[in-house]
Amino acid sequence: MNAADTGFILICAALVMFMTPGLALFYGGMVRAKNVLGTVMHSMVILGVVSIVWAVIGYTLSFGTDIGGLIGGLDFFGLNGVGVEPKPGVDNLPHLAFMIFQCMFAVITPALITGAFAERIKFTGFLLFTILWVIFVYSPMCHWVWGGGWLAGLGALDFAGGAVVHMSSAASALACAIYLGKRSGYGKQPFMPHNLPLTVLGAAILWFGWFGFNAGSALAANGLAASAFTTTHMAAAAAAIGWMVVEWIHRGKPTTLGFVSGAVAGLVAITPAAGFVTVMPAIVIGLLAGGICYGGVLLKHLFGYDDSLDVVGIHGLGGTWGALATGLFATKAVNELGNDGLFFGNPGQLWVQFISVVATWAFCFVMTMILLKVVDVITGIRVSSEDENKGLDVSQHTEVGYQL
Amino acid sequence: MKKIEVITRPYKLDEVKEALTTAGIKGMTVSEVKGFGRQRGHTEVYRGAEYQVDFVPKVKIELVVEDALAAEIIKTIQNAARTGEVGDGKIFVSHIEDVVRIRTGETGNSAV
Repeated sequence: MNAADTGFILICAALVMFMTPGLALFYGGMVRAKNVLGTVMHSMVILGVVSIVWAVIGYTLSFGTDIGGLIGGLDFFGLNGVGVEPKPGVDNLPHLAFMIFQCMFAVITPALITGAFAERIKFTGFLLFTILWVIFVYSPMCHWVWGGGWLAGLGALDFAGGAVVHMSSAASALACAIYLGKRSGYGKQPFMPHNLPLTVLGAAILWFGWFGFNAGSALAANGLAASAFTTTHMAAAAAAIGWMVVEWIHRGKPTTLGFVSGAVAGLVAITPAAGFVTVMPAIVIGLLAGGICYGGVLLKHLFGYDDSLDVVGIHGLGGTWGALATGLFATKAVNELGNDGLFFGNPGQLWVQFISVVATWAFCFVMTMILLKVVDVITGIRVSSEDENKGLDVSQHTEVGYQL
Repeated sequence: MKKIEVITRPYKLDEVKEALTTAGIKGMTVSEVKGFGRQRGHTEVYRGAEYQVDFVPKVKIELVVEDALAAEIIKTIQNAARTGEVGDGKIFVSHIEDVVRIRTGETGNSAV
């Protein structure tokens, strides 16, 4: 066990934890005032509920002994056997440190989905859906990529969660947006962000926390962590600029929301690549992510689904681009446990990345559709139109965000 | 007595208030309103989606004056609030039947 690594990973776990309240504010500022608490509550309640689910069953399904490449066994059910001694295979950390670091990823991933069903989901349905999603979608995905499952066996590269976190939540978000349908008045009334300074604060917290997310995925306080930290930051900066420039040309003015959305898009895109690429490619990945995700946001108008807070446009397209970009720019010079990408003489990696993209989108989309149907039958999933009109704050929580 | 209702640009409020108090007005009521006339609204853009906002924020100033002072007060307001651009606003003048000072019970011009 290594003291520096342990200290570093615990700090990183705290940084990633902070991203969930950050996300709450990022999303909260973008909805209408009557839904601010309902939106913030989604992320906060996930912090509570998913943490417990993770401890009881999520961790073991993700990281227990592999069964057929598809799921982990129940060896760690209720954190049985998870103590201060290292996990076999991760010798430098107390097992609990590894588990709690992973816990924060399991928490933020379902929180990302909440952006797709903002302003119209029933709280009871949302709770049930989230619990089921962590068990039946997140844990398998986590196992496939990081727990020794089949995608890892194939050699798919995902440093910090491009597939496990971003593509999975985006594919699920798409299913939610389609299943729940559009918000009442969508397209006819203007739905404008009610508090963009809150959104900017949230985005800043996300950027900050992402250092824990990506650098911490090195699982050690070492050169690789420094490399991942740097690529993360530079990709975010480049993407923010990229989005801003595209929007400036397209709509005539640069917007604050556009700039921070671009930063998030870059952070998403660099997530799978952070510990496999060098800095200049990271800047390219970020720059293109800014433009691609700007286009991704416009997709919903083209296809007619109401992805309220652009989970698909940013996390879906950003994560997909990042996964493929890893197949282009990865180099063993940065991380010998990774692989070389197409630009370093190994086109095969791009193909493996492509498979991971398709598998993730397909599994998460279909599984989520099934879960939504199940939840709809048990508790119902969409609020009544009267409740939607009153707003989630009053109808779901008997609270008002701003007593002005 | 006349009620004078002014709808004009929010940033002109201070100037109008100063001009009125200099002219001897002892009180007024101010509210934040929104509306449109010939002045068009503006466009807002959020993540590439354009929204046309028709309503423009304005300020409404209400005051009651003795009949004899009305014309002079209206001129004072106009001079303070005018910019010459579309969106300067309007002044509505209506007849007030009676005014009561709640504390003393005075009515009519002495209550204004």
